[in-house]
Amino acid sequence: MKKNKKRIELVVKPGTSLKNKTGPWRTEKPLTDLEICIGCSLCAKVCPDSAITMKQNLKKSKLEPHTDYNYCKGCGLCAQVCPVKAIKMKKDY
Amino acid sequence: MISKNKKQILEGSNAIALTIKNIAPAVVSAFPITPQTHIVEDLAKMKADGLASFEYIRAESEFAAASIVLGASATGVRVYSATSSQGLLLMTEVVFNIAGMRLPVVMTVANRSVSAPINIWNDHGDAMAVRDAGWIKFFASNHQESVNQHILAYKIAEKLQLPVMINVDGFILTHSYEPVIIPDDKTIKKYLPVYQPPTGTYLDPKNPVTLGAFFGPNNYLETRQMLHEDLMSSLEIIKEEYKLLNKTLANQGANHQRQKLSRIDNGLIEYYGPQKPKTILIAMGSVIGTILETIKNFKDVGLLKIKVYRPFPAEEIVKIIKPAQNIAVLEKAISLGQSGPLYADLAATVMASKIKKNLNLKNYIVGLGGRDITQKMIKEIIKDAPQKNNYLKFIGKI
Ligand code: SF4
Ligand code: SF4
Repeated sequence: MKKNKKRIELVVKPGTSLKNKTGPWRTEKPLTDLEICIGCSLCAKVCPDSAITMKQNLKKSKLEPHTDYNYCKGCGLCAQVCPVKAIKMKKDY
Repeated sequence: MISKNKKQILEGSNAIALTIKNIAPAVVSAFPITPQTHIVEDLAKMKADGLASFEYIRAESEFAAASIVLGASATGVRVYSATSSQGLLLMTEVVFNIAGMRLPVVMTVANRSVSAPINIWNDHGDAMAVRDAGWIKFFASNHQESVNQHILAYKIAEKLQLPVMINVDGFILTHSYEPVIIPDDKTIKKYLPVYQPPTGTYLDPKNPVTLGAFFGPNNYLETRQMLHEDLMSSLEIIKEEYKLLNKTLANQGANHQRQKLSRIDNGLIEYYGPQKPKTILIAMGSVIGTILETIKNFKDVGLLKIKVYRPFPAEEIVKIIKPAQNIAVLEKAISLGQSGPLYADLAATVMASKIKKNLNLKNYIVGLGGRDITQKMIKEIIKDAPQKNNYLKFIGKI
């Protein structure tokens, strides 16, 4: 009663997975070579952190993956599944 | 009007089940395990017979049962579960989550030893395995105390958003018969109001919130500190609520106080014996009766019963043990590779309070796996307590 001056709010509003940036947990970083990429979307589908969004490149009229490094945990799954090996994992520390 | 608060001779499990029915939780979920079985069988039967209003949710395991009451409690309703031994161990992850999420779950643990070797009889190994989970832990030593502690548990849990575990010795309390008063629902309602947590603190589709969210290195420590401090400050509230409960029960003609033998009784601890004892025996649960019978023949021996084990009532304990020269801690549990867990708590308390440098603090491990604790053993312990020898002894046969 004397000690807890500041209460920690344990019940929070929804949407906390956006606030909790998980990028800093990463030790390896996926780097995507868009020249090699064929836009198959596999990497976006397999990413367990939903960190990859496919976006339309109007100039090249193809889909391209965009990795949000705020949330990418560096698991390397995207690099594993890429059929043309467009994603390379690099040390990130 | 005739009061329904009459004395009856009941089985310990049945007494607990009847009390829970009158406390009226919204959801009960459990998985049967010896020696808890009779409690949940009785509750299931009450439901089947149309005598109880709660939802009885059958679970495929204790992990599921604990998860069901966690989920139900998170929606802001009163819940109940009960388990024993391996069942409690299977619940462990959920037990920690319930405390961390500050859900006022109340659960009975019919204390039983832990495998292997498999053994279904009583000791406190199960309760000690989840000692550090963040629950308030009551230990009952007779049927009436267990009934009253269940009512007290809900009041404390819902007032402080802390889960409470009531430990009753398997078989010794769950399967034996004693005279007991089950306070009727009206009496209980006078003490324990209908549970309604404030909006925005529970799961509600109209007011979405997240419970059990992610906390990083920046604030996890503070959440544990807060839980610890809330547990510590619950000591005073348990004392107040214990007084209030006894008063309410007395007003409603529901106070079955056995002949008052103890010198001090405040809900946290009870002390029997002389004001200035040479030796004090410390114990928890049903063994208290046997010890009490034994120490009658010793003028300078006292008995300290711990009723609330977590939070640890260190201050109350120090007040009692101050005059004594020898302290014997009798335990139905062993922290393998160290000592009895209660002994370790006592040692820390004695150190921190600086009461006596040369205090003789000894540990006797008794009753594991249902071994009878006899008066002969207790006499032996009283004799051994002042001796300067091994501080830790297993007392099996004499
Ligand atoms: S490394 Fe893992 S987390 Fe990062 S983008 Fe690839 S799949 Fe997603
Ligand atoms: S898996 Fe490879 S080819 Fe397919 S979209 Fe991702 S980076 Fe491009």
